[in-house]
Amino acid sequence: MSALLEITDLNVHFATPDGDVHAVKNASLSISESECLGIVGESGSGKSQLFLAAFGLLAGNGRASGSVKYRGREILGAPTPQLNTLRGSAVTMIFQDPLTSLTPHMKIGAQIMEALVLHRNVSREEARIRAREMLDYVRIPESAQRMRQYPHELSGGMRQRVMIAMATITGPDLIIADEPTTALDVTVQAQILEILRSLKQDRKTAIALVSHDMGVIAGLADRVQVMRYGEIVESGPVDDVFYAPRHDYTRMLLDAIPKAGEMPAPVTAVGAPLLTVDDLQVSFPVKEKGLFGKTRTLRAVDGISFTLHQGETLGVVGESGCGKSTLARAVLQLLPKTGGRVVWLGRDLDTATQNDIRKLRQDFQIVFQDPLASLDPRMPVGVSIAEPLKALEPHLTGETVRERARGIMQRVGLDPAWINRYPHELSGGQNQRVGLARAMIVNPQMLVCDEAVSALDVSIQAQIVALIRDLQAETRMSLIFISHDLSVVRRLSHRVMVLYLGRVVEMAPSEALYADPRHPYTRALLSAVLTPDPRAERARKRELLTGDLPSPLDPKAQLSFLASKLDQPGYRPKLIEVAPGHFAAEHD
Amino acid sequence: MTAYAIRRLLGAIPTLFVIITLAFFMMRAAPGGPFDMERRLPPEIEANLKAAYDLDKPLIQQYAIYLSKAVQGDFGPSFKNKDFTVAELIGNGLPVSAKLGLWAMGLALLIGISLGIWAALRQNHWQDYSVMTVAMLGITIPTFVTAPLLTLALGMYGITLFGLEFTLPVGGWNGGAWRNMVLPVTVLALPQIAIIARLMRGAMVEVLRANYIRTARAKGLSAGRIVLAHALRAAALPLISYLGPGLAALLTGSLVVEQIFGLPGIGRYFVQGALNRDYTLVMGVVICYASLIIVLNFLADIAYAILDPRVRLK
Repeated sequence: MSALLEITDLNVHFATPDGDVHAVKNASLSISESECLGIVGESGSGKSQLFLAAFGLLAGNGRASGSVKYRGREILGAPTPQLNTLRGSAVTMIFQDPLTSLTPHMKIGAQIMEALVLHRNVSREEARIRAREMLDYVRIPESAQRMRQYPHELSGGMRQRVMIAMATITGPDLIIADEPTTALDVTVQAQILEILRSLKQDRKTAIALVSHDMGVIAGLADRVQVMRYGEIVESGPVDDVFYAPRHDYTRMLLDAIPKAGEMPAPVTAVGAPLLTVDDLQVSFPVKEKGLFGKTRTLRAVDGISFTLHQGETLGVVGESGCGKSTLARAVLQLLPKTGGRVVWLGRDLDTATQNDIRKLRQDFQIVFQDPLASLDPRMPVGVSIAEPLKALEPHLTGETVRERARGIMQRVGLDPAWINRYPHELSGGQNQRVGLARAMIVNPQMLVCDEAVSALDVSIQAQIVALIRDLQAETRMSLIFISHDLSVVRRLSHRVMVLYLGRVVEMAPSEALYADPRHPYTRALLSAVLTPDPRAERARKRELLTGDLPSPLDPKAQLSFLASKLDQPGYRPKLIEVAPGHFAAEHD
Repeated sequence: MTAYAIRRLLGAIPTLFVIITLAFFMMRAAPGGPFDMERRLPPEIEANLKAAYDLDKPLIQQYAIYLSKAVQGDFGPSFKNKDFTVAELIGNGLPVSAKLGLWAMGLALLIGISLGIWAALRQNHWQDYSVMTVAMLGITIPTFVTAPLLTLALGMYGITLFGLEFTLPVGGWNGGAWRNMVLPVTVLALPQIAIIARLMRGAMVEVLRANYIRTARAKGLSAGRIVLAHALRAAALPLISYLGPGLAALLTGSLVVEQIFGLPGIGRYFVQGALNRDYTLVMGVVICYASLIIVLNFLADIAYAILDPRVRLK
């Protein structure tokens, strides 16, 4: 087979204020017609820059050298007009984060048509028809209407479909998909990968699939190259790389992915319930569009009850918009609830004053998702870590506080000498350790981790999860571990609660839930989880949910899995105990 | 949109009321009065004058009288230019100032935006540095320096273009003939060009780094198409925020430029009215300026919403 794209000894340098950064080092690769090449690597490995450099899309301070041949013709450093005959026409790109990668003030239709009109010399009328066909192809319903919408009016999954439609409309030979499913919900990720698979199979499009996620690569790629610190450390057919990795780094990446069978330490001597949440409700007023639009109530948390015991980990799983973060914040009294009760060690928190709650915060702490954004950028990390201790135990001397801060830094794997560093000087994983240290310094009895590892690279993620588990074993604290990622939740949780639109659809001991999911939504979630096992992924039949999550404002949304009760709009599916300790919501 | 407009304009009424009230009492708090001169008037004449203009009544009553007349569109006679009402003065002067201001702003937008985009596309190259240096000069050199210099160059010596010699009039309005407008419009536009070019460059540099510009480049679009279709609208947003108050200041005229070129605009009324304690004239120009600001800011918000569909007018 002839090579479509052949990159030889590509080097990319960036001139930065801190000196020269050698982002890609002597990278070579080739992609044949209708082949899918997977490029795996963690953030900063240069995997995206490699392809941006190849097509002259580097930022202004970047330089590329080496050779890039497209169908035998050298294109590296070619003048822009010449590259423009290729870009968007024969070679197209799908980027991560479709919200920022689509022009915010341009209608979807116009953005999709643009490349077609430019490269294929078709009339606007014809382009419009083709654009609608593309929207249908990527399974966007009501395509005529969508054409007139702006990117911010669509959901994340829809926007990524628009990106794909945009990249496919000119019928390219090669699509470069740069982290196409990162930051999407698992069920949406499965749908997007399905579309990419059909592009490869039906349209014979070659795909360069760039991802940090071995699971994404496993199901789609024919060959895989692993990148680390700008170098390609391993390459080979997908089965060889996954089943017989030769490089340590590849092995490490594969090992970092949570697998079935790993279970947290069992809860010993379950004491009295630490936290009881009873029929908790949180709703927000949402103003309808239009000037005299009426205000409607969005029930973000719509009657959730659970009990958390000492030393226990409760996993909370659900997709974006299911209310998992709102639940965490309401339980921790960071958000006002609209109904229900939160009982902490036998005390109804409704009876506590603001000052009582402030003191109680010593016992329940939280770690947030985005480690960099949730730390004060103008505060040295040592001060951030010590602050809760100073606020909650004001009698301590400055020396004791500093001592405790250094101690906890050491415990979470941070060099205590970094006490005066600022968050921007640390990596994402290190900042999340700071977040953990800040929460753990007051020795809480309960720690809530709200997507605490979601923004981290897999290898770092594995380290942080191990750290949380060790801390729990030492302190016997309870954990509420919130994540959209079922495999991470599985690693830590004794019990798992699955949320759907603000309600529990299933709650069960971890092993029961993963082995025998009873609710169709749980089954769909589990079936969407990717495993780093190419053979299993290729063979796999998925239970795909179609379309997006319904709007939580839609009164019928709660009955998505209970169509037989659709004639009773206010009806809420009840939780039924299907096995000891295993509850599932009513469904058809 | 219509309902939004109505609500915004209704909301302007209390704002105007507060401005009028503040201006009225602050003006009166200043020492002296409209009839204080170097030579004191005989007491009885002064008393008559004051009675004629209601100045003998308690302040609060004067305020009530002024307010009730102003609501009916009567802004009273000018205390100094006794043959004219305030409405007549503003009505004669505003069109002159507004015409100059509009031309100046139009010119400034055209040149400023182009220069700003050009500088942004050549970021950190000599083109960028030279545009920004010249822009800095444009901002720092005051109009009372540029006006005489340009007058000297174009008005006294004249220039030759395409074999035709142009000598521009150095002053006067002449019914708004274009030859008379060239110099004042240029002088007014120069600092605006500089400000707009700098704003445009800054915003454009920022937008050109956005992910969606990378997407546009990956589509194989030409640089011109990327700037016009994908970058310009977003980059124009800071400019829109500036244009509201910026245009209001320009439309209401400039004392310096109107004095130097001898133009019958309203710029001079701001200063003269305040110095002469011409209460009604000051109130008139304050109301005029405030209304203009309110209307232009409203238009800026509308423009914002049109340029950025994510903005929802509330």
